[in-house]
Amino acid sequence: MYLVNYIKEVLSALRSLLIGMRRTLFYFTHHKEIITEQYPDNRATLKLADRFKGEVVMPHNENNEHRCTGCTACELACPNGTIKVITKFDITPEGKKKKAIDKLVYHLELCTMCNLCVYACPSDAIKMAQTFEHSVFDRNQLTKVLNFPDSKIMDGVE
Amino acid sequence: MVEEIGTTQDGDLIINVGPQHPATHGVLHLVITLHGETIKKVEPHLGYIHRSIEKMCESLTYRQFIYVTSRMDYLSSHINNHGCALLVERAMQIEVPARAQVIRVLMDELTRIASHELWWGAMAMDLGAFTPFFHAFREREMINEIMEDTCGARLTMNYMVPGGVQEDIHPDFVRKVKEFIALFKRKVDEYDEMVTDNIIFRKRMENVGVISAADAISYGLSGPSLRGSGVSCDVRKYYPYDVYNQVQFEEIIETGGDSLARYMVRIREMKQSISIIEQLLDGIPDGDFCAKTKAVIKLPKGEFYQRVETARGELGIYVVSEGATTPYRIKFRSPGFSNLSALDHMARGSKIGDLVAMMGTLDLVIPDIDR
Ligand code: SF4
Ligand code: SF4
Repeated sequence: MYLVNYIKEVLSALRSLLIGMRRTLFYFTHHKEIITEQYPDNRATLKLADRFKGEVVMPHNENNEHRCTGCTACELACPNGTIKVITKFDITPEGKKKKAIDKLVYHLELCTMCNLCVYACPSDAIKMAQTFEHSVFDRNQLTKVLNFPDSKIMDGVE
Repeated sequence: MVEEIGTTQDGDLIINVGPQHPATHGVLHLVITLHGETIKKVEPHLGYIHRSIEKMCESLTYRQFIYVTSRMDYLSSHINNHGCALLVERAMQIEVPARAQVIRVLMDELTRIASHELWWGAMAMDLGAFTPFFHAFREREMINEIMEDTCGARLTMNYMVPGGVQEDIHPDFVRKVKEFIALFKRKVDEYDEMVTDNIIFRKRMENVGVISAADAISYGLSGPSLRGSGVSCDVRKYYPYDVYNQVQFEEIIETGGDSLARYMVRIREMKQSISIIEQLLDGIPDGDFCAKTKAVIKLPKGEFYQRVETARGELGIYVVSEGATTPYRIKFRSPGFSNLSALDHMARGSKIGDLVAMMGTLDLVIPDIDR
């Protein structure tokens, strides 16, 4: 009796193993089910999700104009001091002083991609870009100025 | 620690497992006292990934501190964020729009499935099966893509804010989730076929790491680990938040108390999560995805506590506010820490080879333990 049970157990063990192996064999013979992406070979066709948070950028239009008013809401929203807004005073044609942005300094190496700055910006001046290949040889290169040289604020943005 | 070593008898062997040992998850250091192959004691040494999150939170505002909690239990980041958002909303009496509530619960349940899936793969790999890991990651990838579409991140989401969510769901969200559910329903059976019914696996799980209901409660276990010992403890049932009181779902309870029971709870919980998602997916209400809130949030003076059910158990967030823009003190009651404390009790007297099964079914996430 013991022997019969023993053999039964061995056979049932073999059966359960074979059932498990059937799955492996199925995927071995069905290449369509394989979903691995061959990065970096597929760099040309690789598309990340539209909202992927890769880096904070400031979009400029064709006249080199941005929407940033220098209100520093993003600087206050950022949990780890990634953004520094350096403001200056422009003289408007009417001769009035107007606060404007001199530099928006962004430290990519500190950024946690939490999106809080973009969420806080009242004039939609910054957004998240989908870049992700950020490695450089010197970390100073990771400190960026988001507004382009000689850029101006768009008309109508307060 | 020093005197403890002094109490070992002749012939005892003390071995260190981790942090660089491949058998451990994350960076957990275990000092194991062995007598032959039998475990006499397991001492977890913590702190390798301590980032002082609670202290950090004291200098962050009520909008900012949420993002740090994604880095505690990174597999349940949505649920951690959800708990923080709920706390602030309750304290400030912010009414959350119906749409935001449904979106949040959907995200929570997707997170739970993703987390359980990763656990399932990692656990099977710990027990020596390599293929399940890739199967689990393949399905989890679909959830990650859904998350990436809507929240822009795959792990550290920071999607929930006091008052709702940061952005509306992606137009493709409902379609993709439906695709995922259709596929996942088939795959769960595949999981059972591949691992649950496997005889080697069963033999390594049955009657391993048994913990009685009373012991489990006294060690402060929560979540699937406690429900595996037959205790009903689902925060979603007892303290429902958002729309959890409007959906039908079953609280999964297994009475075995062993590793297999804890395993079965998680497998069955995935199916329940699918059912919750199905109930909500077709009727996402229209409207705002975020309530209007003040730019600067100042919690009223007092103490606040909010609990949520993460994939690992009950996460409690305790805030002492002095009425300022930053909390005076924050304490996180993380499920992983309490669950780990029961490991020594479970492991005593069993063989060293079974330790991995116990650790696996406790579903330890080390950053959650250390914070
Ligand atoms: S994404 Fe977060 S960490 Fe990065 S700059 Fe914006 S607020 Fe700061
Ligand atoms: S980027 Fe937006 S939030 Fe930051 S200073 Fe400019 S306008 Fe203000």
